[in-house]
Order: sequence, then C-alpha cells, then structure tokens
Amino acid sequence: MKINLKIWRQTDAGSPGRLVDYELDHVIPHMSFLEMMDTLNEQLILSGDRPVEFDHDCREGICGQCGMMINGRAHGPIPHLTTCQLHMREFKDGDTIYVEPFRGKGFPVKRDLRVDRSAFDRIIMAGGFISVNTGQAPEANGIPVSHEHAESAFDSAACIGCGACVATCKNSSAALFTSAKIAHLAKLPQGKIESRKRVLSMVEQMDIEAFGHCTNTEACEVECPQDISVLNIARMNWEYTLSKVLK
Amino acid sequence: MKSTFSTLMRKTLMALTGLFLCFFLVIHLLGNLQLLLPAVQAKESFNGYSQLLSGNIFIKIISYVLYTSLIVHCLDALVITLKNRKTAGKYAVDQRGASSKWYSRNMGILGTLILIFLVFHFKDFWYQYKFGALPTDEYGHKDLYTIVIAAYQDWWYVLFYVLSMFALGYHLLHGFFSAARSLGVYHPKYVSWIRIFGRGYSYAITAGFAIIPIYIYLTQHVSWN
Repeated sequence: MKINLKIWRQTDAGSPGRLVDYELDHVIPHMSFLEMMDTLNEQLILSGDRPVEFDHDCREGICGQCGMMINGRAHGPIPHLTTCQLHMREFKDGDTIYVEPFRGKGFPVKRDLRVDRSAFDRIIMAGGFISVNTGQAPEANGIPVSHEHAESAFDSAACIGCGACVATCKNSSAALFTSAKIAHLAKLPQGKIESRKRVLSMVEQMDIEAFGHCTNTEACEVECPQDISVLNIARMNWEYTLSKVLK
Repeated sequence: MKSTFSTLMRKTLMALTGLFLCFFLVIHLLGNLQLLLPAVQAKESFNGYSQLLSGNIFIKIISYVLYTSLIVHCLDALVITLKNRKTAGKYAVDQRGASSKWYSRNMGILGTLILIFLVFHFKDFWYQYKFGALPTDEYGHKDLYTIVIAAYQDWWYVLFYVLSMFALGYHLLHGFFSAARSLGVYHPKYVSWIRIFGRGYSYAITAGFAIIPIYIYLTQHVSWN
C-alpha cells in the first residue's frame, strides 16, 4: 500500500507547528499504525531528517501511552481502540491520513505528536488514592465486597489514562478520566472513607488544569479504548454535589 | 485558574434552571391547549385562564422564579461557552462529530435561536398583556385570545414559530437528560427511564406547541365545509 501522510510537526511547546506531507510506500496492511509510523521514521532517519516523535509503550492496548488524532478522530476511526491497536488494513491504498497530537489547553504539545499529559497525574495526586499504612498485604477477604461492587469498581478502574476523552471532547473536558478515578474508589469500602474529600480536591485540580466543562455529549465514551461508561461522570456529579452540600 | 464556581457547579446551575424551565413548559402548554377548543369556548376559557394567572400572588412569585431561571440559564450558558472556548483543542481535520449527536454539540446555537424566538414571543404576547392596551371580552377579561389569533394569520409567522419549536425540541432532547446527568443520576435503571421520559417529553412539548399555530392558521384560512 502507498499512504500519503500529513503529520503535525512542532519543534517544542513554544514554537508554532504545521502539517507536513510525507509519502510512504510498501505499507503492509497487517502493520499497526505505530509500526507504520516506525517505518516512516526509519525513512526519515536514513534521509537525515528528525524522526516524528510520538508517545508509545506497551503496544498491546493497555498502557494508555499512545494517542494521536487520526483523520480527526481520537485513536483513529474505530471506536474503543488505542492507536497501537489500529491496523493499516483499515485504510486503503493511496489514502491520505492526517495525524495530529491530542489537543486541549490541559494537554500542551511537547513536540510533534508528543503531548504533556502530566495534568492527569496531578489530578490523581490531588486525591486518587486511599490513605493506608503500607506494609504486608492485608487478608484479601478481611473487608467483604460484593461481586457486583467489585466488578463495577473494576470497570471504572480500567481507565488507562490515555486522554482520548479529552482529545475528543469539544470542550476538552477531563470529566470521564477524573470521574472514573473517583467512582472506582467511591464504589469500594476502602475508598468510601475519604470519598467526600477526594471528589472535592480532584475536581478542583481538574479545573486548575484548565479542562473544560462536561456537556454530556458522550463522545468520550465512544472513543474510550476501555469503554469507560459516562455514568461515572454522573456518579462524580452526585458525589460532588453531596460533598459540597454536606461539607 | 481557581474560581469560586467549579465547572461542576456551573453545570448543576444549568441543570436546575433548565429543569425548572422544563416544568414551566408543561404548565404553559397545558394552558395553551385551550386554544384548540371551538372558537367561542376557546376565547372564554383562554382569556379567563390568563386573567386567573395574572391575578394570583402564587403565580406571581413563580413568574419571578421563572424570569430568574431564564436569565441565569442564559448567563451561565454564556460563561460556560466562553470558558470552554478557551480550553477546547482545535484540529486541522476534525471528524469528532462522528461520535456524538449534533444537537448535543450545538446547545448554545439552539439556545440562541430559542432566545431570539423568546424576544418576539415576549414582545407579541407577554408585553401586550402586561403593558399593552388590550380590549376586553364580554366577561371583562383582557382579550388575549384575539391577539393570539391575529398573530397567527401570517404563514411566515407560523413558520417562524414552528421552526423555533423544533429548535426547542432538539434543545430539550439533549437538555433534559443532560440535566439529570449533571445532577448526578447514575443508576443505570433510572438513567434509561430518564432517557425514555426525556425523549417522550421533548416530542410532546415540540408537537404540542407547534400544533397550536398551525391549527389556528388552518382554521382561519381553510374552509372545512
């Protein structure tokens, strides 16, 4: 396959970027999107150009590192998929593919397709934890948790923090990410204890990081590789109002 | 960027004011349905009802809550939209619309259309009733009925009303369920009920309000015999 690429190139956070045209021949349909990018980079290195920088790690769809806007959609055209799990068979010979970094005020571009998502870390640091003494692991069944609650908490915990929710949101809201973390802990007895304080500080941090308002368009759920439910957002709203009123 | 109001508080305010306006629409529609009665009966009933509302102290209090809700809903929406514009990412190629409903992304535009409609609506009926020199009917009630009938004589005015009701309908279709979300209804069972109810509510309100001007126009312009 021959693929035409229009890739966002930007030297650093301070300088302006632009879309640059590349042609890539001999693309195999079985290649993942990132392997295609690797092939392009090999070509760039051989010709003495600076390779395109992008985030990636496990390439198994579970780490949440990779993330690109491919033809105007977060992680490409297929819902519930990470960029590394997108394959070139989804494109046709001769296609032009636009590749841009995830964008939003809370996600400044560092270089090319590489984005600073440390805002998510700071949201977690604001309250996405439980305060317990570390030491030997406690007896697993010491605190009874029903199967349904455990499953539901695990569904929320499945968020890999890739940032596709922010990238696809027209307001660049981080509501899905923040709410998944809040709901995950609020659903378990260990997390419930600090849930009031947690929701207030995490939402405050989310706002400080300059993420937008959630207007319930539900686009985030569609693009989320882990299919995190938007009901987590409703849960966060409920916990937040309750905490504000009862504070 | 720490502010007195969080993003969630602003959305809660949108939800509360929005739901009050939703409640008002039901009462407003029920009152207006009297216009579908046979002419003589409709005139008596509608004018009497208008008189009853304008004289009631309880309704007066509610009306002030209504004006406040309307203004707060608009101003809050403006603040949210402006702040969102600052945080939102922009793309050279944007196909994000594929993953959400168009009306959920355009609540601001739909809301603005409704606001434009409301300016005319208030000028033509509310202002007339409150401050205009209205004739009285045989019962001594202000004759709002005749004003309403006269307004719907022009096809373009009827069309403007009907189109505005579609804008309202789509606004409600997203707004009602979104309000429940913002207020934190997260139980899957109630979430699906609210979605169904919200859809039914939006269709009923749109159809109800749109039918009235069409009905009046047709009864005035088409001979049924």
